[in-house]
Amino acid sequence: MHMSRYFTDEHEWIDVEGEIATVGITDYAQEQLGDIVFVELPAEGTTFEKGDDAAVVESVKAASDVYAPISGEVVETNSALEDEPALVNSDAEEDGWFFKLRLTDASELEGLMNEAAYKKFVASL
Amino acid sequence: MRYLPLTDSDRQAMLATIGAASIDDLFVDVPAEARLSGTIPDLPDHASEMAVERHMAALARKNLSAGEAPFFLGAGAYKHHVPASVDHLIQRGEFLTAYTPYQPEIAQGTLQVLFEFQTQVARLLGCDVANASMYDGSTACWEAIVMARRITRRGKALLSSGLHPHYVSVAQTMAKFTGDHLAYETPELDSKTDSQKLIAAIDKDTSCVVVQYPDILGRIEDLTALADAAHATGALLVAVVTEPVALGAIKAPGAMGADIVVGEGQSIGVGLQFGGPYLGLFACKQKYVRQMPGRLCGETVDAAGKRGFVLTLSTREQHIRREKATSNICTNSGLCALAFSIHMTLLGEKGLRALAGLNHAMAVQAAGRLAALPGVTLMNDSFFNEFTLVLPKDARDVVRRLADRGVLGGVSLGRLFPTAPQIGNGLVVAVTETVTAEDIDIFAKALEEELA
Amino acid sequence: MTMLKEGRPTAPTPVEEAHMAPATATGNRALMLEEKLIFEIGSTDTTGVDFAVAPTGENRLGDLARADAIGLPGLSEQETVRHYTRLSRQNYAIDLGLFPLGSCTMKHNPRLNEKVARMPGFADIHPLQPQSTVQGALGVINELAVWLIKLTGMHGVAMTPKAGAHGELCGLLCIRAALEARGDARQVVLVPESAHGTNPATAAFCGYKVEDIPATPDGRVDLEALKARLGPDVAAVMITNPNTCGLFERDMKVISDAVHAAGAFVYCDGANFNAIVGRVRPGDLGVDAMHINLHKTFSTPHGGGGPGSGPVVLSEALAPFGPLPYTARMEDGSIHLIEEENVGEEMPQSFGRMSAFHGQMGMFTRALAYILSHGADGLRQVAEDAVLNANYVLRSLDDVLDAPFGGSGPCMHEALFSDKGLAEGFTTLDIAKGLIDEGFHPMTMYFPLVVHGAMLVEPTETESKAALDQFILALRSLAERAKAGDEALKGAPYHAPRRRLDETLAARKPVLSWSEPDLAAAAE
Repeated sequence: MHMSRYFTDEHEWIDVEGEIATVGITDYAQEQLGDIVFVELPAEGTTFEKGDDAAVVESVKAASDVYAPISGEVVETNSALEDEPALVNSDAEEDGWFFKLRLTDASELEGLMNEAAYKKFVASL
Repeated sequence: MRYLPLTDSDRQAMLATIGAASIDDLFVDVPAEARLSGTIPDLPDHASEMAVERHMAALARKNLSAGEAPFFLGAGAYKHHVPASVDHLIQRGEFLTAYTPYQPEIAQGTLQVLFEFQTQVARLLGCDVANASMYDGSTACWEAIVMARRITRRGKALLSSGLHPHYVSVAQTMAKFTGDHLAYETPELDSKTDSQKLIAAIDKDTSCVVVQYPDILGRIEDLTALADAAHATGALLVAVVTEPVALGAIKAPGAMGADIVVGEGQSIGVGLQFGGPYLGLFACKQKYVRQMPGRLCGETVDAAGKRGFVLTLSTREQHIRREKATSNICTNSGLCALAFSIHMTLLGEKGLRALAGLNHAMAVQAAGRLAALPGVTLMNDSFFNEFTLVLPKDARDVVRRLADRGVLGGVSLGRLFPTAPQIGNGLVVAVTETVTAEDIDIFAKALEEELA
Repeated sequence: MTMLKEGRPTAPTPVEEAHMAPATATGNRALMLEEKLIFEIGSTDTTGVDFAVAPTGENRLGDLARADAIGLPGLSEQETVRHYTRLSRQNYAIDLGLFPLGSCTMKHNPRLNEKVARMPGFADIHPLQPQSTVQGALGVINELAVWLIKLTGMHGVAMTPKAGAHGELCGLLCIRAALEARGDARQVVLVPESAHGTNPATAAFCGYKVEDIPATPDGRVDLEALKARLGPDVAAVMITNPNTCGLFERDMKVISDAVHAAGAFVYCDGANFNAIVGRVRPGDLGVDAMHINLHKTFSTPHGGGGPGSGPVVLSEALAPFGPLPYTARMEDGSIHLIEEENVGEEMPQSFGRMSAFHGQMGMFTRALAYILSHGADGLRQVAEDAVLNANYVLRSLDDVLDAPFGGSGPCMHEALFSDKGLAEGFTTLDIAKGLIDEGFHPMTMYFPLVVHGAMLVEPTETESKAALDQFILALRSLAERAKAGDEALKGAPYHAPRRRLDETLAARKPVLSWSEPDLAAAAE
């Protein structure tokens, strides 16, 4: 199903379709964070360098920064999260996506993990 | 040592449990050269309750209290009658000696009060939401400027010349370090405010316009045009209210388009206290709530399904966000917020409107009488309970001489704006429900004699 | 004799489980009364205040009269007294019992302080009255300032900060002003991992970049790591001493010397001054600035979350940069204010004003009454008893609770435990909520961050041995239950006005003010 899904060691997933990448946090990450109460998303049109602060995901007692896993321009954000941040808990890797980027450097995807490698990575934590 | 319950035999028994020979053994981590061997020199030893009370009473007697004299000072702190039940209730130990409500199961009293307070403040200021209070009006004002910068991502704030000069000073102090740009000029003795100038100065770098209502000279005007002009370029309107009683008589800033409304809440429930503790009011539009500083209380349910209240949205705050927090503020002004809320509950809308009406009526009466004195003019066209008189000479000296005669006759602009001698003849006079017709008469006669 | 068999039974029949505490129609439970919101019980036509009839005259409000309904309900005086009295009974407070919140110093609040603060000569004076009419008030500020300077061995004190965090801001602004005065634009403030959250927040608020300093395994600042990081870009180091693990920073003087040698300043978070007052002067340890929370060390009431008061004592190097207004004692004994008007001649390097008036006067009178009551000898006893009480708690419980730094020697005024050794699935939170049922306020939990599941207990000096023993009994029982995996503990508290509250719901769908039910329904 996810032929082109990549994972980072910061617990983000990236689906790539053409030059558009959809970014979210992994199911493992949402479980670690606990009940998510708010997601602060970037403004559309923002451009990120890989590693920039891109979003903030908040539980009751903690706020975690989500870094841009790759460089690009934000073309869409998941407005459903505004009213229902719990989507990140219930469906982190599908409906709970954060934002879509127009890639500026597809070569950055090289070296990221696939699903199997990420599973192995998580098991090692 | 009446506050220390341990006896010497307790101390010995406890040391035995700990396994230490002496108290000094518990301070072993303090380097020997930093350990004081006896009491600090030149300081007296303990004293009885009676002796301390006498000492403090002697100091208190050296002050001329507002209740002892015809009293007309305002300029950011107002004398109002506080009903006896307010002070009784805030002294209940369960309020007075409680901590911040971090354990909500045993702090519902404080939390419900905060929820009620937030609702009262939001409604009074005409905003969607209010926080659980800040230190005071001046620090709330600066926090509003910072919040506008965060929302707009612009760094220039236009401060109205009608803003309290101490509030301006606080913002200027902070801006020196944060790099915010503040545009500000001292006011002129004019019945018109500088709102047209402000409107002309708004540009695409402007984060907010900060305007006081009623302003430092007592002037009031509709803020709608200012709000529209700010919004047209994506800037915010921050309104500052230092006399919240006024909002029982005049339109709320939020209803005229202000995005953030801050204020000094001292007028309601809290006495003059020589400037503190007071409480900062802070309210805004719903869409900006996550950018708001300070504590917030919210409604929820408990495990058994009962309604209850908790501190919420705390990820904005310093203990979680640390260097990324919206503010470093850690306390609110809890007990003052309680006093405000109790007084407001006693008043209700009916009482607040009556109080505001009485203030305005007394102020109108005083303004008429004082402006009729030879050489004195009333600067304001409109006002609530405070107005500016223009005297034929420097007002600062006049105020001091009036004090020598036992009349506390307003705040001189020389005190407020020491670097602006061109407005030194201005005298700001506040008249609340505590002023009697006789007080006005005494003040008018004394002022006439001083000016003669 | 007559045998009267009729009469009232004097021993209750044991209650069977099924008959315990049936629900009441009102939801009230005897003395525990449920209280609705003022918006549900009040009305905008009710008031508890009477006013004189306003004299008739013209209206000078322009066209600004407020026509809309404001929506502020009122209550009669009797209803008001009852509403707030009922609410007050849902709060825990020092007046009810031991309040062992670490880092918060919840000590007894003497009532003399309240009486003094309410004297009309203090409570009913305006901050802008002519100085000749407020000499007693300025005298209080000056007298308290002298005590604070002498107790800390420092050079000056800024009295205006409104709370501890505001004091931190004041101290850092002094440091920044002093650095700028010598043309030195340093950018970095170093903060230990165990610091209060306000430290990094304050440093960031005044434009500094914050970097962490690691801790050593025995819970103190890693001196070598700190020395290695010092350099020409470091403006200040913020250190809490005694630190948030309840330990004295043994190397404080060495740290100060190293920081000064690198051209930087030492800011000390004075939140824990209660442990050393009268026994150690921060000035002797090389501190440049330290705030003093009057509501901690000097017993002004916490009031359910403020107001606080945070005067900042300053070294000779920083004192000239302090905020306005300042009091100065003249040769004739009178006290005058340094304000904007005369700052140029008298304090030209002041960084300016940081709040509207003179600071928390109502807290100054209370703190001064407390200080005079204790005197130099009593204050020293305060520190000794505070430290004794904490060590007594530590050693009475370190066999059932993990004390991460218990092996390194005595603690200061706080005993620190961790959740190590609790049964799987049991947490610090369960113990905290269990304490509520036992009649105590929980300790500070999950702080400092450097200890897993931290429980920070600060009994303070105003607790008797009997009160401590009762607390130790309760905490011991809870520790044993949590180690044994007693599932019932996870439901605690059972006996408080509310069970555990849903904080997730509160944050996901924030309801921050009351709406009329029909409006609230329409908004859904």
